[in-house]
Amino acid sequence: MSNPIRILIAKPGLDGHDRGAKVIAQAFRNAGMEVIYTGLRQTPEQIVQAAIQEDVDIIALSCLSGAHNYLFPRVMELLRAEGIDDITVLGGGVIPEDDIPFLKESGIAEIFTPGTPIKTMLEFIEKNVRR
Amino acid sequence: MERNNKDLASTMEQWEQKIQQKVLPRLPERKQEFLTHSGIPVQRVYTPLDTADLNYLEDLGLPGEYPYTRAVQPTMYRGRLWTMRQYAGFGTAEETNRRFKYLLEQGQTGLSVAFDLPTQIGYDSDHSLSYGEVGKVGVAIDSLQDMETLFSGIPLDKVSTSMTINSPAAILLAMYIAVAEKQGVAPEKLSGTIQNDILKEYIARGTYIFPPEPSMRLVTDIFGYCSRNLPNWNSISISGYHIREAGSTAVQEIAFTIANGIAYVEAAIKAGLSVDDFAPRLSFFFNAHLNFFEEIAKFRAARRIWARIMKERFAARDPKSQMLRFHTQTAGCTLTAQQPDTNIMRVAFQALSAVLGGTQSLHTNSRDEALALPSEDSVLIALRTQQVIAYETGVTDTVDPLGGSYFVESLTNQMEKAAMEYINKIEAMGGAVRAIEEGFQQMEIQDSAYHYQMEIESGDRVVIGVNKFQTEEKTPLNLLKVDPVVEENQRIKLEALKRQRNQAEVDRALARLKEAAGGTDNLMPPILEAVKAYATLGEICDVLREVFGEYQQRAIF
Repeated sequence: MSNPIRILIAKPGLDGHDRGAKVIAQAFRNAGMEVIYTGLRQTPEQIVQAAIQEDVDIIALSCLSGAHNYLFPRVMELLRAEGIDDITVLGGGVIPEDDIPFLKESGIAEIFTPGTPIKTMLEFIEKNVRR
Repeated sequence: MERNNKDLASTMEQWEQKIQQKVLPRLPERKQEFLTHSGIPVQRVYTPLDTADLNYLEDLGLPGEYPYTRAVQPTMYRGRLWTMRQYAGFGTAEETNRRFKYLLEQGQTGLSVAFDLPTQIGYDSDHSLSYGEVGKVGVAIDSLQDMETLFSGIPLDKVSTSMTINSPAAILLAMYIAVAEKQGVAPEKLSGTIQNDILKEYIARGTYIFPPEPSMRLVTDIFGYCSRNLPNWNSISISGYHIREAGSTAVQEIAFTIANGIAYVEAAIKAGLSVDDFAPRLSFFFNAHLNFFEEIAKFRAARRIWARIMKERFAARDPKSQMLRFHTQTAGCTLTAQQPDTNIMRVAFQALSAVLGGTQSLHTNSRDEALALPSEDSVLIALRTQQVIAYETGVTDTVDPLGGSYFVESLTNQMEKAAMEYINKIEAMGGAVRAIEEGFQQMEIQDSAYHYQMEIESGDRVVIGVNKFQTEEKTPLNLLKVDPVVEENQRIKLEALKRQRNQAEVDRALARLKEAAGGTDNLMPPILEAVKAYATLGEICDVLREVFGEYQQRAIF
């Protein structure tokens, strides 16, 4: 059996909406992944450092405050500065469709908006992420 | 009566038998078990047998009379409709001021200010943690100057204003008082509400700054100050709304909220206030979710529980101290990004449950809020929804129209019982603050949230457009966007303010505040002084951070 996938679930910025992040954390753990949850109010710098320390395969960013266009690309920028290209970064939250192409261009692998079934996310991870 | 119930009981028995033997084999029910959101089983039918224990005068009373189960006012909406109060705020103070004026022109009857996250967490717009967040979920307020712009041309003696602000509540309240003073309006003329509910921030909402102890002091300082200076101001809005949004059940929503309410009353009494001086100005804030009758029963049960606690436990004598008055907002978390127009219907039913539950004010969500902040068109539909309920449906013509419904009364009793079990459990743990520190409420909510989501995933819980009746669709809505230039402009304005103001006066005011924070004096007067000197929100909070320290959340899931 292969090693379980390690995932960092992170709340960048000042947003306090953590229901989605915590539900997903629990669901991913139940699906056999090793889940680390950062808690609220993490800077992009803190998130990237935690990802490196925890040696994760995936960073899942959750933001419902509308600050995603700044925070998500900033995480990508810092990862690149660290020379990291083997961490898949996912995004979720209240994210207007119009913003998605820009976020993907910045390097976010996929954006999951409200109402996305957990199954869809798990399928995406299974297809795209290898430990 | 007893005779009647005996007859009814035997008739019921026969009826049940007939259903089991003849009806169900032919026409099975849609589910094995029907449950409310809180997991309370819903019977096939309710009869007088289900409310046989009810003592009308003791348990229900007349409208405006103890225990206020039916209503806090004797004539309710026959006299005055609820306050239609749409939560609004985005971008700069200028833009939000325009939205406020638009809403007032459309017949809205009160204002409700949404602040951006930096403001709610006590950072100025130029702080590094504010990047990307300025003006996003609400209006950016850095100083009294922004507040003057926000209420420009709005007479504060004519409108009531609710402000969703918690950790820095004292600062925003001080700014409001200062703006009123400039308009020539005395504090005693001001009416409105400050959320000021820090405990639910630790539990569910996340905009805490300081640890619980100094935070509770700020809360009770506001109680004390308001009871002396702002007789028409609600000094707190004890909020279940966000607890529910975080995923709690209806029972948990009222239980955790009332447990928090108890903690505030105890803290205020401990700080030397007498219960009937501050309790009449305590107000509440609940969620109106999807399970229609359970929501109505929830509001009624909450009124009865609070009245009994205030009278029996805290010996409150003033009837106003016993009355649970509340604002309601429809459940944001039930809105879907898919087929957003369907949200209009969800909101309408939720709003109707709030009205049938006897709310004092109401915010109806807009159809596009799972996608962005609401556009002007969407806000108008939301407001019109309230107006249709108020002026066209006739549900406003009698008080508590569902009172006496076997189902609703039975559900009200069950919710009261289940909520009291939680409240007693929290008391046994040492009260709400202790329970929060142990993560009790957070874990209970997390369990409910996960359970709810799993029901949606499995299809047991139907969400139209998400797991049933899906369509291929585009997003046709014209969404509101906050221009990133807002952040830059806000920083430029802040820089200019710092050049123009009298720095010596600011320094003196902040030094006095620091001294007061280290002692036991009421903090409202020195905060008011600092605000008037145009000290910024971030500067004032920094002084308090230095004295009080900062709260660190335990990340549990």
